[in-house]
Amino acid sequence: MTAPAAIASTDGVATGSAKRPSRFGRLPLHVAVVGLVVIWLIPTIGLLINSFRPPQEVTQSGWWTAIFAPAQLTLDNYVHVLNQSNIGQGFVNSLFISIPATIIPVMVAAFAAYAFSWMEFPGRNVLFVIVVGLLVIPLQTTLIPILQLYGPKGLNIAGSFLAVWLAHTAYGLPFAVFLLRNFMGALPKEVFESAALDGASPVTSFLRLALPMSVPAIAALSIFQFLFVWNDLLVALIYIGAASPQNQPLTIVVAGLVNSLGGGWQYLAAAAFLTMAVPLAVFFGLQRYFVRGIVGGSVKG
Amino acid sequence: MNQRSTRPIGRATTLFVAIGLLAAACSSGTASVAPTTAPGTAAPTTSGSSPAPSTASLAGQTVTVIGTWGGDEETAFKAMVKPWEDSTGAKVSYTGTRDLNTVLTTGVASGVLPDLAGLPGPGQMTQWADSLVDLGGVLDKATYTSETSAPLVDLGTVNGKLVGVFIKTSIKGLIWYDPKVLTVATPPATWDDLQKLITDNKSKAASPWCVGVESGAASGWSGTDWIEDLVLRQAGPDVYKQWYQGKVKWTDPAIKTAWQTFGDVVANSYGGGNTVNATNFANAGDPLFKTPPGCLFLHQASFITGLGGFKTATSGTDYNFFPFPDINTQFTGAVEGAGDLFGMFHDTPASRSLMAYLVTAPAQDVWVKIGGAISANKNATDYPDAISKRSAELLANSKIFVFDASDLMPSAMNDAFWKAIVDYVKDPSKLDAILASLDTAQADAYKAQ
Amino acid sequence: MDPRLITAIIVVVGVPTVLIGYIVLTEQVLRLFPERLKPKIRPWLWLAPALAFLIVWLVYPTIGTAIRSFQNSTGTKFIGFDNFVWFFTNPATIGALKNNVIWLVVMTILCVGLGLLIAVLVDRVRYESVAKAFIFVPLAISMVAAGVIWKFMYDYQTAGTTQIGTLNASLGGLGIGPIPWLQVSDFSVNTILLIVVMTWMWTGFCMVIISAALKGISVELLEAARVDGANEWQVFRGIILPLLLPTLAVVSTTIIITALKAFDIVYVMTSGNFDTEVMANRMIKEMFTNGNFGRASAIAMVLLLAIIPVMALNIRRFRAQEAIR
Repeated sequence: MTAPAAIASTDGVATGSAKRPSRFGRLPLHVAVVGLVVIWLIPTIGLLINSFRPPQEVTQSGWWTAIFAPAQLTLDNYVHVLNQSNIGQGFVNSLFISIPATIIPVMVAAFAAYAFSWMEFPGRNVLFVIVVGLLVIPLQTTLIPILQLYGPKGLNIAGSFLAVWLAHTAYGLPFAVFLLRNFMGALPKEVFESAALDGASPVTSFLRLALPMSVPAIAALSIFQFLFVWNDLLVALIYIGAASPQNQPLTIVVAGLVNSLGGGWQYLAAAAFLTMAVPLAVFFGLQRYFVRGIVGGSVKG
Repeated sequence: MNQRSTRPIGRATTLFVAIGLLAAACSSGTASVAPTTAPGTAAPTTSGSSPAPSTASLAGQTVTVIGTWGGDEETAFKAMVKPWEDSTGAKVSYTGTRDLNTVLTTGVASGVLPDLAGLPGPGQMTQWADSLVDLGGVLDKATYTSETSAPLVDLGTVNGKLVGVFIKTSIKGLIWYDPKVLTVATPPATWDDLQKLITDNKSKAASPWCVGVESGAASGWSGTDWIEDLVLRQAGPDVYKQWYQGKVKWTDPAIKTAWQTFGDVVANSYGGGNTVNATNFANAGDPLFKTPPGCLFLHQASFITGLGGFKTATSGTDYNFFPFPDINTQFTGAVEGAGDLFGMFHDTPASRSLMAYLVTAPAQDVWVKIGGAISANKNATDYPDAISKRSAELLANSKIFVFDASDLMPSAMNDAFWKAIVDYVKDPSKLDAILASLDTAQADAYKAQ
Repeated sequence: MDPRLITAIIVVVGVPTVLIGYIVLTEQVLRLFPERLKPKIRPWLWLAPALAFLIVWLVYPTIGTAIRSFQNSTGTKFIGFDNFVWFFTNPATIGALKNNVIWLVVMTILCVGLGLLIAVLVDRVRYESVAKAFIFVPLAISMVAAGVIWKFMYDYQTAGTTQIGTLNASLGGLGIGPIPWLQVSDFSVNTILLIVVMTWMWTGFCMVIISAALKGISVELLEAARVDGANEWQVFRGIILPLLLPTLAVVSTTIIITALKAFDIVYVMTSGNFDTEVMANRMIKEMFTNGNFGRASAIAMVLLLAIIPVMALNIRRFRAQEAIR
């Protein structure tokens, strides 16, 4: 194969996905897709139905029985979760934490990815692989040293949002750099060469070429980084913790719904579906960037 | 493509935004609550029968508390502290988490700690003794010692320093049954009497015992309670003590006998080993109430009354208990209990006041009344029903009181103990291998002390 | 709420501006240097923010971990390789190591394979967004909720009583007795069942990334091939797959590392009992329950060493890629 990764050469006209009318009928395709989706959904639906049932029922009969006996369905679990006094505060705090903790690593990683892809310097590959290798570091091993750094003997920012923003950025960077470098590195060389010939600085190439062409990757990355931060419990618990309860995100509030012996898990089920709404919204919102042809038009001019 | 001159704009924006960022970072949240006033400005408040002192100087302050209690336990704890909040004007901010070990381990290592904390157990409390405040200066020691049973006071003391107090306790090893299924005119005094009771009522249920050891990360603990009760009554409190101190091996015949007896129980339990390992301890007793009953007896602590099938059943009518019978009459009257320890990390006037309040009888009565808890304070007697009252009395009047052995072992040993139970239930034929591996774990765990 | 709203706006607007401002500034800074030095210094200016974060939050703690792995449990004296010897001779930890290998192999193959399959399939249907959303949902659910969900799937009730677990109920419908799934360690069945849970969650991850890469493959290229008479399978094998290979490598590497670090699912569902123990679970237990930092650090170091082969493969891949470029 001699052609470089043939990304970005549509004529600016998004022809949509590669659908084609098949002479064989598209039934097998639909069956496969719907089948896979259903298999994936069954476990979740089980919990969804169970979240509408009182806990005594749940321990006595399978969730499918509720389909035939809808009278037992109740909103109690959801009402209980929404009635928690700190649920609203937790929701706002989660947003406060997740949004910057997504923006910062994505941007910082973009700079680094561009440097790794399109700038020559000695040790480039080895350094990159080391950065990616940092992905394996279990974040639990960093908790004590970083908390000491954040604590009263250090920067004294424990309990603040800044503490978790910085931590989530650092924890998310290895994967972010990995993903973005992969995409940016696959962009057509000619684009950058012609830009350089035209006298564009690397900054301009980056802002006006690399970034727009990497939008699908940036969208994917943003979805995951947001999701991981939104669902994170441990980092918030340790760095914000009991000392600053007004800053605690939703995950800590939800964890407090279950007692130490495990009772109250039915509220967990309801809470899971409530909190899931936001990452799903982010997912749908960024889906539109996963469209073919987004990179069109950039080779010309 | 023209190169735009971004110079002046870039600089200005950068400067402006950098300032903005700094402002945001400073205002976005407070650092951990620092001690608010210099020590020594508030005299230690006396504990005793009166609730919180009327120090109005505490108004507006917050005491941060962390513990494992969540859900309904958290609600009970909040109800417990409400009278204190009302009378002092201070607030309690409680965070419940099951990752308490992680939070406190990282906290002790870094200095980022809440004011008060539920402690996972006496073992960890000893580990963190240096960071915990000496409560001798916070509580009126004389009153505290008179209101609390001696073993509990001792357990909270490390090298002469009182660092942990019990907020609530429980009594372990009660034998629960459904009075509608079988009548227990007089509680069996000995194990043999109990076996006779089982034989007499064999036809009334599918099996004599219900056992369930599943409990997430702590699976196996309800089996350890069985072993402990058996060791205590078969071998006596001295062997019990040496055992949890690591001086008696697991392969010792005394300990092995206890395991074998437990094995017999599992063999005669509802559903057998598979069910025992798969059933959560809270639901293990549900077959008691089924028609036809799945089992005659459940061995479990006093707090089971708030869980599973017990929660919706009526105390006294649907369930009742008798204490674990003696096995060796030489060791009669032995009782095993456990409790929730509390400690203080930051010495502030508000924390002191709260801690002093928490050990009082009125405070503990609040939770006791809600149910499922026994007070550590002997004067708390507001029990909601006869059953709770009886179990509290059992605890208070015990001739020989011992604390849950596994809670007193080093965590590594405790963990191995839990796992050993799960392995044994799965395959009882492997007992010797299991006990041998426990010996290895013992050598390892206690050496590190 | 007001002051916090202002803070929020400042941060959300300010941070990107500051960062872009930084990068613009680097060009100004570079003007101070002679022309030939610029390309040598520039990369480091671009890498500086990322490297700063990584060094402080990841590298610095890891140095501490490395040191502690040679110390005793409280970090008071050096004990050489004792912790590592313990790790490789203790049956529990060896079992964990073995399980991690199974995790690594099974999860990667399943996750990447299914992610690829689904991405390619849904690319061709109009309801693509919705289908992808449903596959993505398990990842959006927290680990704890996933644990609860699958506890209901694998639940075991005593034989002869009503089954509330989906799997056992289905078996019951076929007339087979219930199986205590999570306790069956023969042929590592329970480990594989746990891997299924994790795969169920992470396939969405693989799918989203592969889908994004898929969208970058030019339609004309595919159409041209089809016009030339290639059937769908040939198009897939000959064009799509090679073009996706770099992305598949990224996804595979990430999943391999995720499998090595797998902890939540095991912790929530079996706590490592019944031979399902994995290294990360053990490490956390040693660290926070047993307070033995020496051993916990040793396990972390073993994890680090375990990915070296994976990283070496990645380096080779880059070198090959660049040779083509």
